[in-house]
Amino acid sequence: MYVYNDFDAAFVRNRVAQFRGQVERRINGSLTEDEFKPLRLMNGLYLQLHAYMLRVAVPYGTLNTAQMRQLAFIADKWDKGYGHFTTRQNIQYNWPALRDVPDMLDALADVGMHAIQTSGNTIRNVTADHFAGAAADEIEDPRPIAELLRQWSTDHPEFQFLPRKFKIAVTGAAADRAVTRAHDIGLVTVRNDAGDLGYKVIVGGGLGRTPMVGKVLRDFVAKPDLLAYCEAIVSVYNLLGRRDNKFKARIKITVHENGLEKIQELVEERFAAIRPDFTGHDQTLLAEIESAFTPPAFATKSTDGYEAARLANPAFRSWTDTNLAPHKAPGYAIVSISIKKHGATPGDATSGQMRAMADIAEKYGHGELRISHEQNVILPHVHKSDLPAVYAALRDADLATANIGLASDIIACPGMDYCALATARSIPIAQQIATRFDDLKIEHDIGPLKIKISGCINACGHHHVGHIGILGLDRAGVENYQITLGGDGTETTTIGERAGPGFSADDIIPAIERLVLGYLNLRRDADETFLQAYRRLGAAPFKDILYPREEKANAA
Amino acid sequence: MPRNFTPKVVTANALLEGDAVWLTDDDRWTRDISQAELITDEAHATLRLLEAQSRVAEIAGAYLADAKPGDNGPEPTHFREAFRTRGPSNYAHGKQAGL
Repeated sequence: MYVYNDFDAAFVRNRVAQFRGQVERRINGSLTEDEFKPLRLMNGLYLQLHAYMLRVAVPYGTLNTAQMRQLAFIADKWDKGYGHFTTRQNIQYNWPALRDVPDMLDALADVGMHAIQTSGNTIRNVTADHFAGAAADEIEDPRPIAELLRQWSTDHPEFQFLPRKFKIAVTGAAADRAVTRAHDIGLVTVRNDAGDLGYKVIVGGGLGRTPMVGKVLRDFVAKPDLLAYCEAIVSVYNLLGRRDNKFKARIKITVHENGLEKIQELVEERFAAIRPDFTGHDQTLLAEIESAFTPPAFATKSTDGYEAARLANPAFRSWTDTNLAPHKAPGYAIVSISIKKHGATPGDATSGQMRAMADIAEKYGHGELRISHEQNVILPHVHKSDLPAVYAALRDADLATANIGLASDIIACPGMDYCALATARSIPIAQQIATRFDDLKIEHDIGPLKIKISGCINACGHHHVGHIGILGLDRAGVENYQITLGGDGTETTTIGERAGPGFSADDIIPAIERLVLGYLNLRRDADETFLQAYRRLGAAPFKDILYPREEKANAA
Repeated sequence: MPRNFTPKVVTANALLEGDAVWLTDDDRWTRDISQAELITDEAHATLRLLEAQSRVAEIAGAYLADAKPGDNGPEPTHFREAFRTRGPSNYAHGKQAGL
C-alpha cells in the first residue's frame, strides 16, 4: 500500500504543529470558539453532545497492521479504549480532551495517518470498494486513483471553501460496493469498446434531506483525463453551487436546479480549458502510486484443510457461508469481520479487538486490513487453508459473528447518543433489532437484508438506501422512527419509499419484526430476498403488515 | 400573541473536556444540572446567556435550554437535554459513570 513520501510526511507534521498552536491559543483565550471552530473542523475535530470527537480518515478504507495497532494505542491512551468505524470508512474517537488532540494527531502522523478534511466544506476522505485489490469481479484496483484524488484534493487551494462538503467514491468493479451513486462524484471503473480503461463519472448523488441518485455525467472518461475532469467538475460546482442556503448547497441541488445538460456543457468547457495544464505530472505520480499497490505474493497451496473444517464444524461453516466473498486469486477468500455482534454497537471495536485484527492480518492476511462503509473490517487476502485458524482467532477476540449481509448487520450512525445534530437515538434501536432477530434464530432463513438507521435527516446511517431504512426524528419532544422501504445502495441504487407514519421507540422493534416475518409469508420461495419481493409486490402488502387494518380503523 | 416564556438554564460544553456544563446563579459552571440557575424571566435569560458567551476561555457553544423545577433543582424537559445530563445509552460513559 501507499507509504507517505517526504512531502506527505512533512505536510502532515506541519499541519499538526499548526493545529497545536491553534489549540494553545484557543485554551489561553486568544481565539474565540467562532474563530477556532473552522480551524478544528479542518482537522477533523467536532464538539459533540458529551465530548469532542476526532474523526480520522482511513483513505479508501485501507489500513496496514501498524496503523491498526496505532489506532488501538490512541484509543487506550487518549480515549476510552475503543473506536467507532463510520459509513465513510473513517474512525471516530468519542472522548478526546481538547489538550490531547495535537498529541493524537502526532501519533497518527507516526503511522502515516491524519484527520485533515474529514470535516468542513472541502473534498472529504475519498472512499472506495472495501474489496479493492482482492475482488474476483474487479476490473482494476480503485485505490491508486483514490490516492491520486486524495493527494490532489488535500489542501487544494481552489477547493478549501466549497459551497458545501464534497464526497468522492470509487469502485473498481461493476458491482457497486462503494455507494458511488450516493456521492457528489461517483467513479465506476469501466473499459470502453476499444478495451481502454476509464471511468463512468456519476455526479449529484447524495442522501440527507434531499436524497438523489447520482446521474451519469459522462459514460467514459479515459484514465489519463480523470484528474482534470474531476477538477473541472469541482471547479464548476465551486462557482455555480449555492452559498445562500446550506440546504441547497450540495452539488446534487446544483445539478437538479441547472439540469444535467447545462452541467455537462460547463464541465466540458472547463475541462477543455484546463486539460492542457495537466502535462503528465499527475500520470507520473499515478504510476508511482500504482507501484505501491502491487498485489501481495499469493501462495499456492491446498485448500483441503478448509473443506474438512467446514464439514467438521457447523459454526465455522455458517461463518464461511456469510462472511466470505470471492477472491481473484485461486485458493483465496475475502474475509469480512463482523463488527456487529448481536446487541453490540455497530462499528465499535475495542483496542483489544483492533490489536487482534492486526495480529490476524499479519499472520494470515498479508498484513492488510480494510474498513467497509458498512462498518465492518475486511481481511482482503486470506488463503482458505488459513480460514479455520483465522476463525478461531476471531472467536477468541469475540469477532466471529456470522451475520454479514443479514438482518443484524445493521448500519447505524452514532445518533443522539453522541451526535450534536441528531434528532433521535440510533444505536439502541440497532442493538434491539439485532438482539431480537438473534433470539428468534431466523436471520439465516430471512437471508440478505440491509437495515440502515440514521438518527437525523442528514442520513449518515444511509437509511434511504436500506432495504429497510429507519429514520429517527423528534416529534413534539419524543423520539419517533420513520420506516422507508425498498432502498438499495448498489449499482441499482434506489431511494427507499416512506412507508407511513412513524413509530415510537417502543413500537419500532415490533414493527420491524412484523415486517420481516410478514415478508417470509410473502416471498415466492426461500431464494427471493426481501428487496426482490418488495420490487415484485410493491409497497402495499408491506404497508398492510406495518399498519394492520384494525389499527387503521381505530386511528381514523 | 408572543409565546409564553418557558423556564431556561444556560448550558454549554466545557472547553477542555467538551462535556455538558450549566451556569449557576453565582457564575460557576457546574456539571450537575440540579445546581444550575433556573431562569424564569426572558430578559434575565438573554442577559445571562450574553454573560456566559463572553467566557470564551471556559466553555463553547452556550445556549438556553428548556428546564423545569424539580425536587433537587432544575431538570431537563427534552430528551436531548436529559441525555446531556447522563451520557450515551450504549456504554456507562460520561456523567453517568460517576453515579
